[in-house]
Amino acid sequence: MTALPDPQAPTAPRKRSRRRSLTPWLFLAPGMAMFAVYVLIPIVQSIWISFHDWDGLGQMRWIGTANYSELWWDDAFYTSLRNNVIWLVLYMLAVPLGLMIALFLNQTVRGIRIYKSLFFFPFVISQVVVGLIFSWFYAPGFGLFYALIEWITGSGVAILADERYVTYGIIAAGLWPQIAYCMILYLTGLNAVAPDQIEAARLDGAKGWRMLWHVVLPQLRPATFIAVVVTVIGALRSFDLVSIMTSGGPFGSSRVLSYYMYEQALSEYGYRMGYGAAIAVVLFGIMMIFISGFIWKMWRDEKGL
Amino acid sequence: MALHGKGLLLAALMCSAAPAMAQQRVLTFNSNASDPAPRAMFEQLAADFMAEHPEIRVEINTFDHEGFKTAIRNFLTADPPDLITWFAGNRMKPFVDAGQLLDVSDVWEENGLKDSLGSTLSSMTFDDRQWGVPYTYYQWGIYYNKEAYAAAGVEPATDWEGFIANCAAFQEAGIDCLTTGSKALWPVAGIFDYLSLRTNGYDWHMQLTNGEIPWTDDSVRAVFAEWEKILPYTTANHAAIDWQDAVANIVQGRAAHYVMGNFAVAAFRDGGMTDETLGFMAFPTINPDIPRAEEAPTDSLHIPAGAKNPDDAKLFLAYIARPDVQTRINEALGQLPVNAEASVGDDPFLQAGFELLSTAEGGIAQFFDRDAPAEMAKAAMEGFQEFMVRPERLDTILERLERQRQRIYAAAE
Repeated sequence: MTALPDPQAPTAPRKRSRRRSLTPWLFLAPGMAMFAVYVLIPIVQSIWISFHDWDGLGQMRWIGTANYSELWWDDAFYTSLRNNVIWLVLYMLAVPLGLMIALFLNQTVRGIRIYKSLFFFPFVISQVVVGLIFSWFYAPGFGLFYALIEWITGSGVAILADERYVTYGIIAAGLWPQIAYCMILYLTGLNAVAPDQIEAARLDGAKGWRMLWHVVLPQLRPATFIAVVVTVIGALRSFDLVSIMTSGGPFGSSRVLSYYMYEQALSEYGYRMGYGAAIAVVLFGIMMIFISGFIWKMWRDEKGL
Repeated sequence: MALHGKGLLLAALMCSAAPAMAQQRVLTFNSNASDPAPRAMFEQLAADFMAEHPEIRVEINTFDHEGFKTAIRNFLTADPPDLITWFAGNRMKPFVDAGQLLDVSDVWEENGLKDSLGSTLSSMTFDDRQWGVPYTYYQWGIYYNKEAYAAAGVEPATDWEGFIANCAAFQEAGIDCLTTGSKALWPVAGIFDYLSLRTNGYDWHMQLTNGEIPWTDDSVRAVFAEWEKILPYTTANHAAIDWQDAVANIVQGRAAHYVMGNFAVAAFRDGGMTDETLGFMAFPTINPDIPRAEEAPTDSLHIPAGAKNPDDAKLFLAYIARPDVQTRINEALGQLPVNAEASVGDDPFLQAGFELLSTAEGGIAQFFDRDAPAEMAKAAMEGFQEFMVRPERLDTILERLERQRQRIYAAAE
């Protein structure tokens, strides 16, 4: 009787442990396959194409790093890069502004839900519509903003035709929905702020800034993290507004890297797949800096738990 | 009994197969004619063709005009139709080079098209072979508001000095002499083309677009020098507006002249202009020793190399080359037939355009973005726009274009 379980004893746990080590991989397999097909392989392909001269139709021709050395001397590339940096910096304004509006709206007044949804409205409408609305707003002749400037200073400024202001004009249009997005993130975050801590802080005499900085904001850290992440990503992929409002113009001064990539690789006068891919690789590198930072932070937080 | 049954079955099969066989001669036609008038024209054209050839069925897939320019690259390689709309000149060269278009020289040869379509032969020819059949073109030129002339108290001039003197008069009357909307870049290429054709002539212009002349050359600077003379009289903020917005400037009398293609006439008329208020003239003469050349972009039909039914597609090409068909097509489009034996509509602007083109002894250019390779066109048009806004940067612009020229044309060889 005792001899029976003996031969099975060593194999059963081994089988079970093998099953235990295999099962997670099986569950992960569909996701990993999708991730490989739609993310990893295209990244490798892009890098591969960036070493070629290719019009998308004919033969690919290996040219080594010629695309990258051309980028190095390309003024349009630096204009796009500079605009990307301006986008990143100014887009960050959406986070504090969103917080401000969220704090302002986080009160119980009659009809506050209507105000909240009105403030959230710009995020609901499509970026294309936002771009159109702002192009009309800036339009020389009949645009409200143009008329306003003309009324104040005597001569109007066509924001989208002036290389000095065009990028800022587009960023302002982008901030409108982005602030609403950050606001909604903070509004949900504010719901989770513990009222007893506020109460305790109030008893200790904390008010205004000190209350916000030392009591409320630390509790909003998850919301802030998400808000920063979506804003950084939003700034780096700021494509639709540039495309709708200026098509990169006037004479390429409002291009960002993603738009320049599209223009070179896929637009009417482009079809330099290799060069477009090289721009994409650079943009990918820039994004990787931020993405690795975020992943590192998340990994650290999870380990801390 | 069994045999009889089999025969019946066979007969039944034959019956059901016969119409299917008849329908098998299908011509799929991918068209970029998304605007109502051209779209209706192609539908009518297909119906007329099917009436003449009942055994062939034409199926039209209409794409958005702009979207077609990107979609074409996908369907040419993935699922080629039997017929496509496209453009003459360098715009079709990438597809010819990539072997995506069918050589249709036999259609030209058999139908005597080299005579009847002779004006566009060179723009349809690469490697001594023809790659498509043109069905329409339209003139470019200057459209002007006659009321603006009355307001400024001047008469239209045919020479450059007179034109510039008029511009000064317009400025005093508070009217922009020249308007344009350069947001989409291509309208400014029309201005450059005419300045170039009038300053240095057709042959020079073709050399420039073929990459044989350095952009830093003095002859190029001469063109920009002429351009600089009219910049002070050109609508400010043109970089922020589309070409249709600039039409409004003409309609409302805020601007006098617009260098445009004949397709803009519909927009002028929609805005309320009539033949009494809208005028058309040739671009003024700058150098009287140069034979007058004009600009007339040509639209054409092509057969993809992977077409499933190339024989019937060639039949269709021969059909649209016919003078009576071209007359009908262009009556519907409000444009000019390419076939010399076709007749031109009664529209005064078409008549003027026909007169202009048939007397252009210098030659007929396509358009900057069809004469030059796409990459060069893009870079140059951006340079033109920058020059119009910041003329003081001319040196930087020309040096940049020269760098592009050396790279683009070297890569093409």
